[in-house]
Amino acid sequence: MAAPATAESTTHPSGIPAPEGSVEVTVKIHRFNPEQDEAPHWESYDVPALPTDRVLNLLINIKSYIDGSLAFRRSCAHGICGSDAMQINGINRLACKVLVKDLLAKKGKTTITVAPLKGLPLLKDLYVDMEPFFEAYRSIKPYLITYGNEPTRERIQSPAERAQFDDTTKCILCAACTTSCPVYWADGSYFGPAAIVNAHRFIFDSRDEGAEERLDILNDAEGVWRCRTTFNCTDACPRGIEVTKAIQEVKRALLFRRT
Amino acid sequence: MTTTASPPTGAGNARRGSGTLYLGDPGMWSWVLHRITGVLTFFFLFVHVLDTALVRVSPSTYDEVISSYKTPLVNLLEVGLVGAVLFHALNGLRVMLVDFWSKGPRYQRQMLWGIVVVWLLVMIPGTYFMLERTISELFGGA
Repeated sequence: MAAPATAESTTHPSGIPAPEGSVEVTVKIHRFNPEQDEAPHWESYDVPALPTDRVLNLLINIKSYIDGSLAFRRSCAHGICGSDAMQINGINRLACKVLVKDLLAKKGKTTITVAPLKGLPLLKDLYVDMEPFFEAYRSIKPYLITYGNEPTRERIQSPAERAQFDDTTKCILCAACTTSCPVYWADGSYFGPAAIVNAHRFIFDSRDEGAEERLDILNDAEGVWRCRTTFNCTDACPRGIEVTKAIQEVKRALLFRRT
Repeated sequence: MTTTASPPTGAGNARRGSGTLYLGDPGMWSWVLHRITGVLTFFFLFVHVLDTALVRVSPSTYDEVISSYKTPLVNLLEVGLVGAVLFHALNGLRVMLVDFWSKGPRYQRQMLWGIVVVWLLVMIPGTYFMLERTISELFGGA
């Protein structure tokens, strides 16, 4: 039998290695298996966690050591791909960007609650159908639209013009904002913050000529006017995009830029 | 140029809430309060229009209804009404600044804490002066 790597490193009853400095936390996960369960339910797992662990580490450990049927999305695990957006302790976050040390209880045992994104159809455990989200994204034409002859050189833009939409270029389409929006929960036909952010990225781009088209789309009954400025989206964005500000800029463009 | 807007539809009907309470931004809770205070104020106005219209029907019935308001319970409701209208008005100003001031979205939380402070500054002495008479009549005293 192999000896532990270091004297301090032990194995937790769950079978998960518990390195020195780790503490036991309870991870409460919203589980749903459409092939077995009639309704979703909560399940708790006691696992060792280092303060420097991310919530994603805990989920991967639970899947690897305790229950391989746990379903969740993750790809890059470094806050770039936007796959692992979920509700952590009641707010939308990327599991790969939340550190355990920021969730530790002041005293007593820590419980970390993990649930799937709200407002999108639940498929399994933390896994939701993203298609309605991407459908809204596609409908605002998230690509460069130009008319006339193509220039023979690159399309020139001043730094000031670039700065106008700099914030909204940062979107990684993780859906944390759209699924934090009370309007979107109540009525999925609202385009949602992410689609508006990506429309903003082109509407305020001086090289693009499709602003009028996109403003027409967002002037629709299900467009920007459904925004109630609750700021949940701004709070939820893992990239720090001022989402509500972008939506307000689109609203003001509709009010004042057009006659 | 017109474009036919096609709001996303998809599998929206199959959505299932996860039954969790979303602990949103303070801005979400101010929006919830704004709705509640708005509906409460609407109900007050509804009653207010009815009781005032009574004066055209029968002045004596009107007097009767108005005198029935001079009770401790209605006095408390009056305090609630002032609180609801005051919050709704102050938050309405905040929402307008969020809409039309380019820096509004960035300072929305500070503005929210600002209106909460103003609300408390008005309501604490206001509640005292509004309830003073009722309390001294209820509990006697000099």
